[in-house]
Amino acid sequence: MHRRQTVVRAVLAVLFFLAIAFAMTFMVLPVIAIFTHVPLSRLLHEFSNPIVTDALVVSLKTIAISQVAILLLGTPTAYFLASRRFPGRPLVVTLVELPIVLPPAVAGIGLIVAFGRIGLLGSTFDALGIDVSFNQAAVVLAISLVAGPFYVRQAIASFEAVDRNLIAAARTLGAGSVRTFFKVTLPLARGGLTAGEAICLARGLGEFGATIMFAGSLQGRTQTLPLAVYTTFETQNGLDVALAISALLVVISLAILIALKGSGLWERSRPSAIPVARPESS
Amino acid sequence: MGAIAAVRDPGRPARVELSAVATLSTRFELPLRSFVLELELDVEGTVAIVGPSGAGKTSVLRSVAGLARPSSGRIALDADVWFDAAKGMFRKPDERRVGLVFQEYALFPHMNVRENVAFAGKARADEYLERFRISHLATARPAELSGGERQRVALARALARDPGVLLLDEPLSALDAHTKIAVRGELQELLREFGLPTLLVTHDYEDAASLADMVGVLVDGKLRQLASPQELVAHPADGFVASFTGANLLRGTARKREDDLTQIELEGGEIVYSTDHAEGLVDVVVYPWDVSVGRQHQPDSAMNVIEGRVRSVVHIGNRARVRIGPVTAEVTEASVEKLGLAPGSVVVASFKATGTRLVPYG
Repeated sequence: MHRRQTVVRAVLAVLFFLAIAFAMTFMVLPVIAIFTHVPLSRLLHEFSNPIVTDALVVSLKTIAISQVAILLLGTPTAYFLASRRFPGRPLVVTLVELPIVLPPAVAGIGLIVAFGRIGLLGSTFDALGIDVSFNQAAVVLAISLVAGPFYVRQAIASFEAVDRNLIAAARTLGAGSVRTFFKVTLPLARGGLTAGEAICLARGLGEFGATIMFAGSLQGRTQTLPLAVYTTFETQNGLDVALAISALLVVISLAILIALKGSGLWERSRPSAIPVARPESS
Repeated sequence: MGAIAAVRDPGRPARVELSAVATLSTRFELPLRSFVLELELDVEGTVAIVGPSGAGKTSVLRSVAGLARPSSGRIALDADVWFDAAKGMFRKPDERRVGLVFQEYALFPHMNVRENVAFAGKARADEYLERFRISHLATARPAELSGGERQRVALARALARDPGVLLLDEPLSALDAHTKIAVRGELQELLREFGLPTLLVTHDYEDAASLADMVGVLVDGKLRQLASPQELVAHPADGFVASFTGANLLRGTARKREDDLTQIELEGGEIVYSTDHAEGLVDVVVYPWDVSVGRQHQPDSAMNVIEGRVRSVVHIGNRARVRIGPVTAEVTEASVEKLGLAPGSVVVASFKATGTRLVPYG
């Protein structure tokens, strides 16, 4: 009896450690392999390849524009959704969050039939002389639609987490709503906003599906780093280029993650940090 | 502090009046979740509203500050109208001259002490830091402060706004018992010094009585009684007010006697007498400090005697609260020792018929 228990325990322990070993190897090995498949010097050499530099420029430019757009449009939206209660609010919030779980290819199709030449607003855009397909504007739209909700969702939670009494205190101390927002609400939500922005940035940098559908993969125009990985990989002897870009993306992603953790913002960016709505005290 | 107020009276031309004491007049109804808060109150000097949690105390302050919008009524500081439902007028909190000190002080955690005070009034921040003896804390963050220091910062900040009314939400409840006594003294002085109409809410009757000239007892959104602390104790309007002011409530049935006394048979079967007059179901109100405790009944003037075992002895400073049967007595520590009072000992609690009040049952 006693012996059998010991055996069972030993077997369980072995299974336990095997599970851990498999899981860790599975997750870490692909990342390591990117750096070890070809000598590092060959990877570094590829950084002078125009495909890589072009993709880097396109990525940096589109990500910068989309982040500014997301911050400028997403912050007021998030503040509104966090501070107002109105009928249908849960539905609106859910719609804002939908792209987070939506397959990016679906987002891409959606963009085409909404803003593309054949889309809902296509003729309107045409009349205004705006063209948003297969150019950098299209890349920005794709990134904004797919990555933006990551910021807005976190921003809503961050604004909701600001103690309402502090906002009320600011008002009773003579500050109007604008001063209260910039001096109290925004500084107090800043940590969470930054965390959301970083996640949004990382997600935007990796955007693939919606971009390739809506903007295509034209080198120097719409080919971002992730698109370049895919496109070069398909060409002959393109593996080195694909690996070099991948290595670059791993380094950038890792840097964002480490920066977040170092500043303690990663903890705040978890959904569990969303507070339960405070009941109106009587 | 004299306040100059432009008084507009519909019947007479506008004039400027120099009034020594400003008056905050409130008359409003605010629907809350389970009841409607109704308040009609003029605040001159310091008025405290006491009541149990959920009575609507904080909502009173929120309404005056403009953080909640009543459904009807009018709120004004002298002739300065802040809210008038009839005219559809509602001034935002920053357009009312209120200094609201929140229960947990609501200091801005991302600002230091000076920045907190300067948020309300840049020009006079340093003056107020000095006045509240917190200059040495100017660069400290709220998280680094003690409860008493936080309260001083919150008060300095509220007053730096140069308010016409001071509103205090549970000003002493965030403090530990030791700090509380000292801060209560400071607060008393301060309220006198500034002379602003002050409305404070608290669940602690003692705090209310020590700080305010008038105390209102608020239950389920209605003022049960508004009177001076002495008056509340001497003539509580009902059992709830009495128990809130710290009295014993003994339920029983009253019957008039020939000798002008009222005889009350308590629920526990004991008979007590009162000089108050009443018939039927009543609460007998008797304050703990009017109850004396002895080993046996002394043939003195105290007509009311309740014999029983000591259920508990709670020490408060140099006094102790002793629970005997249905009654709590407050006695000196010396008598606790002399009588050897401990849970289980059989003693006699006695109080005079003149020391009792009879209030309606309920």
